[in-house]
Amino acid sequence: METICFDLGSVEQIPLGQGHWFLIGGQDVAVFRGRNGRLFAIEDRCPHRAGSLADGIMGEGKIVCPLHGHKFDLTTGQGSEDCECVKTFPVEEKDGKIVLSYPFPTTEAEKNVGATDFQR
Amino acid sequence: MKKKIVVIGNGMAGARIVQEILSRDSDLFEFVMFGAEPYGNYNRILLSNVLNQTQEASDIFINPLSWFEENKIKLYAGCKVVKIDTERKVVLAHSLPPNASAYAVHDEQLFTGEPFEESYDHVIIATGSRPFVPPMEGFDGEGTFLFRTIDDCHRIAEYAKSCRRAVVIGGGLLGLEAARGLMTHNVEVTVIEAAGQLMPAQLDIASGQMLMRNMETLGITVLTDHKTAQIHREGGKVHSLVFTDGATIPTDMVIVSAGIRPITEVAHHSGLTVNKGILCNDQMRTSDPSIYALGECVEHRGKLYGLVEPIWQQAFVLADVLTGFKPNAVYEGSKTGTKLKVMGVDLMSLGEKEPGLPGDEVIVYREPNKGVYKKLIVRDNKLYGAILLGDADAANVLLQMFFNDQQVPENRSDLLFGEIKRSAFIQAVDLPDHAQICKCNGVNKKTIVDAIDGGAQTVAAVGGKTKAGKGCGSCRNLIAQIIEAKLGKVSYDPSEHYYVPGIPLEKSQLVAMIRAKSLKSVSAVFTELTEGKEDPDSKPGLASLLKILWPKEYEDERDARFINDRVHANIQKDGTFSVIPRIYGGVTSAKELLRIARAAVKYSVKMVKLTGGQRIDLLGVKKNDLPKAWKDLGMTSGHAYSKSFRTCKSCVGTDFCRYGIGDSIALAQKIERRFQGIESPHKLKLATAGCPRNCSEAYVKDIGAVAIEGDQWEIYVGGAAGGNVRKGDLLCTVNTHEEVLRYTGRFMEYYREHAKYTERSYGFVERIKIDVLHGILVKDSLGICAQLDERIQKAVDSYKDPWLEGEVPAYPAQFEGPQLAQVLKETENNS
Repeated sequence: METICFDLGSVEQIPLGQGHWFLIGGQDVAVFRGRNGRLFAIEDRCPHRAGSLADGIMGEGKIVCPLHGHKFDLTTGQGSEDCECVKTFPVEEKDGKIVLSYPFPTTEAEKNVGATDFQR
Repeated sequence: MKKKIVVIGNGMAGARIVQEILSRDSDLFEFVMFGAEPYGNYNRILLSNVLNQTQEASDIFINPLSWFEENKIKLYAGCKVVKIDTERKVVLAHSLPPNASAYAVHDEQLFTGEPFEESYDHVIIATGSRPFVPPMEGFDGEGTFLFRTIDDCHRIAEYAKSCRRAVVIGGGLLGLEAARGLMTHNVEVTVIEAAGQLMPAQLDIASGQMLMRNMETLGITVLTDHKTAQIHREGGKVHSLVFTDGATIPTDMVIVSAGIRPITEVAHHSGLTVNKGILCNDQMRTSDPSIYALGECVEHRGKLYGLVEPIWQQAFVLADVLTGFKPNAVYEGSKTGTKLKVMGVDLMSLGEKEPGLPGDEVIVYREPNKGVYKKLIVRDNKLYGAILLGDADAANVLLQMFFNDQQVPENRSDLLFGEIKRSAFIQAVDLPDHAQICKCNGVNKKTIVDAIDGGAQTVAAVGGKTKAGKGCGSCRNLIAQIIEAKLGKVSYDPSEHYYVPGIPLEKSQLVAMIRAKSLKSVSAVFTELTEGKEDPDSKPGLASLLKILWPKEYEDERDARFINDRVHANIQKDGTFSVIPRIYGGVTSAKELLRIARAAVKYSVKMVKLTGGQRIDLLGVKKNDLPKAWKDLGMTSGHAYSKSFRTCKSCVGTDFCRYGIGDSIALAQKIERRFQGIESPHKLKLATAGCPRNCSEAYVKDIGAVAIEGDQWEIYVGGAAGGNVRKGDLLCTVNTHEEVLRYTGRFMEYYREHAKYTERSYGFVERIKIDVLHGILVKDSLGICAQLDERIQKAVDSYKDPWLEGEVPAYPAQFEGPQLAQVLKETENNS
């Protein structure tokens, strides 16, 4: 597994309590900035009907998909529907910038592992 | 260690109480059940279907033996409890010898050897009842039967094959069912009843006699006022019946179905207080604090029940008490009412059959030739009793009114002939199991009924288990009606009245709190009222409310808005947006159309669609193209994405139409210019019609103005033509466009201030009632009209076209698409 850090620019570009959509190595990633300033990053694709989670409403550590209201925990990626979850990525603020670590699988085995296994 | 419950009786009541307890907490108790019949438990109500061969015995089992294994319930089938030793806290039981009747009163000699014991923490007695056999000679042995158990059914059916004639003693509900079953076995059936009429428990004399004539036309002989003295045998076989007056009739078999008596020996031998039945208090506790009872063996507040609903209700309360779910739950007795078919004759009986007080109102309709009889007894404007025979169309409505203690309509004949509001309720009850109730989430009736059986008592609880009602919500009434039909009522769920799910306050309370604390932003509301917990589902509702309450001072936090309201366009399934510019009154121009066409080409719009609101929809615009598209269109937002005033349709009115009697186009344009974009609890779609032909569908709009002769306009409110269809109610009739604008604004403001979030105007008008609205908004009965007018004016004044944000975004990334990430200089490797 090779983890690459990305500079997503100033935290100020994401209004408090909202999310934004980034393209990272061809992958859609949604980064959120809570009203308390805390950052979260998850896969920007609802497993239900592929809605962009970056456009959702956030609160209590969850994001609500704008299409059909499915919810996802921003820390664990676990969805409100039992069988749904999204990948989460480590993200932090460094000198006013958003820095996100994205793990790229390097072996065939890694390419096949499930979402939550990425973090372990 | 788990506490141990011993259930005596493995019938419907015994099975139900165990299920109810398991559904609350499956780990709390260890269960031991005793059943005198050597089966798992079965649905006794369906017994007659086994007799008349429409169902197999195996179809009517509630729980097969495997259910007992799965739930680790120890079942002693074919065992009889003889005593509860309340001092040692053990139950004493014997195995029943084969062929012993499960319901007979056994003398001690029947059992040989010592009884076996089972210790307990609690005992639940659910021994039910046994058939009552009137005193007569010769009822025993070959050719005589009770009608009570599966075995009885099999034996009757088998024996009937060799018979030409059969007699059923007892003209009650089960007796007639037995008669019906026997008819299918090609025997001549006579029903004997000691009283002067059939079904004396449910029917009055007139209807009982009418039912008798109905039965006779179906080929059953009925003898009332006949008491049997003896069953006469010749050569060992049943030969004839001798009555107390000496008369006889020939017969080959006799079935007794003359009512039931509670089985109370166990209770009696164990020292519990027994009257007609085992005496229980409101928590179903007997005179011993560790022993409970329910079902047909119980006497509660002087009443005994032989129907299934009371048992369900008792089981519900007892399970609440035993599990500690609601330790103080109370059973207050049951109202009884049944709807059934006897030999193809519809019949419903509920409550009392005769008036009880001088003031009771009795309404009777009789049509002897058709065998139709209807009777209502009304007390204090509520249903006290009713009988429907031969035509039970009104039954569901009457049952609902009766069980819910509703006021009956002034026009009593409406009640008898089933004309009142029957549609939805009857639909729900009569729908088959596979019928889709929630058409958004594809939930059928059976799934909903199962959820209710599994303990869901509110629409929200059913939604939580099945997702039903969580789409457009238009089926929520239907779900409530299914709950009502199953449980008698929908449990009160305060959360259904909350304005938003995350704050336990109704709208009026929330508004008072917001005003008192001067809360002007969504985050301020959370800080003050939820200790900072930001429920995401509550944000848009709060944002809408705050904007209504503080039109000018509201601190607009965009994160509280739904995406549509952040970017002023409607999100589509592929993440693109639809753009609908405002076209006032549906009147556009060639120049506007050219601009629309050019924009559609330039932004590769996937579809150009005429909408139902007389506008043009450009579908498939990317988020980052929105500002440019708006600029090129040079038109204002049509608000086709928000909970607000949407549009006002019109017909061509007086300008061109030869029928037009009012200038509907000019009025629609005035309405649209005045109220465009005004926020409201849900969308508002309006229309004006130049004559009552209603080409613009004004009667079915949230607000509709219809021109009538004499230069007048009728204003209708609360119309709907979406998931629900409803004609609006006439609020008032006025003379000028200006007055239409005034009342429209006044209604809108009242709706804005008082409707629940996402409550459409039709629900609001039905809830508040049109005459109340007329009083408040037209007669000014509360003296608030001037304030309403003032506040809506303020909202109109604070309107700003949101598409102007295309030029100056409200925040930097408002309309930005995806951003490409840059690799940070240093890279690290993780193992």
